Amino acid sequence: MSDLGPSGLPVPPPNPNLETQRFWDATAEGRLELPRCDSCGHVVWYPRERCDQCGSTSVTWFEASGRGTVYSCTVTRRIPGSWRAAAPFVLAYVELDEGPRVVTNIVGCDPETVHIGQAVQVVFDPTPDGPALLRFTPA
Amino acid sequence: MAASVPPVTIRGKALIAGVYEHPGRELPDRTLPQIHADVAAGALADAGLTLADVDAYYSAGDAPGFGALSMVEYLGLDCSYIDDTETGGSAYLVHAQHAAAAIAAGHVNVALITLAGKPRTGGAGPGGSARFSSAPEASFENQFGMSVSGGYALAAARHMHEFGTTSEQLAEVKVAASTHAQHNPHAFLQDVVTVDEVVSSPMISDPLHRLDCCVITDGGGALVLVSEAVAASLDRHCTPVLGTGTSIKHTSGGRIDLTHTGATRSGPLAFAEAGVTPADIDYVSIYDSFTITVLMTLEDLGFCAKGDGGRFVSDGALQSPGGVLPFNTDGGGLCNNHPANRGGMTKVVEAVRQLRGEAHAAVQVPDCELALAHGTGGSLATRMGSATLVLGRST
Repeated sequence: MSDLGPSGLPVPPPNPNLETQRFWDATAEGRLELPRCDSCGHVVWYPRERCDQCGSTSVTWFEASGRGTVYSCTVTRRIPGSWRAAAPFVLAYVELDEGPRVVTNIVGCDPETVHIGQAVQVVFDPTPDGPALLRFTPA
Repeated sequence: MAASVPPVTIRGKALIAGVYEHPGRELPDRTLPQIHADVAAGALADAGLTLADVDAYYSAGDAPGFGALSMVEYLGLDCSYIDDTETGGSAYLVHAQHAAAAIAAGHVNVALITLAGKPRTGGAGPGGSARFSSAPEASFENQFGMSVSGGYALAAARHMHEFGTTSEQLAEVKVAASTHAQHNPHAFLQDVVTVDEVVSSPMISDPLHRLDCCVITDGGGALVLVSEAVAASLDRHCTPVLGTGTSIKHTSGGRIDLTHTGATRSGPLAFAEAGVTPADIDYVSIYDSFTITVLMTLEDLGFCAKGDGGRFVSDGALQSPGGVLPFNTDGGGLCNNHPANRGGMTKVVEAVRQLRGEAHAAVQVPDCELALAHGTGGSLATRMGSATLVLGRST
């Protein structure tokens, strides 16, 4: 198993590229930044420097609220490989207040209590390389 | 914009002349290329053709090395047409669509599609890992312990939340598959199970239990598609491809709807091309990586209203004979076989068996004239390639 973050879950380092470096740099400083399309206003996820809705290649990064609600969740109890010892843990989609639904984990609570519609708040789980993973905890 | 010209239809222009499913479920002593060759030989023999007759070859991500480049050489083929389209487990239905189009256009006479893998005894398939880690979405999904079953559980949980679907209803899918698998001597799991046994099996990722999940098996399969002229020269009764549809459903820039699949688009395309409706279909092969995959796909293909899948599959609706919509009469991926973790190939194979009247007598659908095969590759939780084929009675 890779190193564990403050959440108690593995923190595998992400693989930033030219399009996502800004996103990851912000997480290292405890901020959630997202790209918004300059043409149609769509907030794009996963982060990229183009709008999948209108095709614009002009986006402006802004700091998001970090608030959201659970769109779907599952308690993973059996999983092979490096996550085996982390089970049971909550895998979820959280719908950010700004619109995007993001894959994440719900941490800092009893996994059995997490439910669809629950209000959650981002926590930044640092990886050994500096960037932090977006995880969420009950608001 | 110029006036649109009606598309050239492929309806009936290509026929499935040969099918083969490897009987093995654990193949520690065969290499991947050998299994590809084994299933190629099986399907060609079934058709009454040889490797020398093949002028088009199709493979997906399970093919080792450089895909078609490597396999055409290994098999000793002489091809003027190749296709490595990769949509995961549905790829072989996409290949059948592409082969049918190429045959209809006159580019191809005999197309060979192969699948082989050893996830049970040989570890993960070839390639893939480097390709997946460089995907633009990788760091935004792979860091959170998203297993295959965990991803499908997210879809199941949301479907339950929106439509009231229950674990007992999902279990009905497995029960139907198991009643069929008891008649298949090659099936990996041959025991009939009950709803209670499914919902009391160990929880893998809520709400999916172990018996909601497909098997992991070695093996493979192959298809041979031919032109009308070639079909006329064969002794084999050939199965016409009447309609085809493919679609990719993805996360839509972060606005994914977990309650539907790509079948909402691939299905109508295939039905329209075939000129039939869901009510006309006698038998369905539905990709069954998990029970939820079947339930959502049946809704999306129009066999019941959206959200009614749970009620639809209850009371033995999917069982053969006697159910209103017999499905996966070989036992499917849930019981029979899921070679290379890719179940699309065997979906087509069993549909052809039904249309030929060559399914096991205990599960053969009487007077089976129209069948549908559907593949789902990738993941219900993120992006998937969906492919639908409508096949006609063998002539």
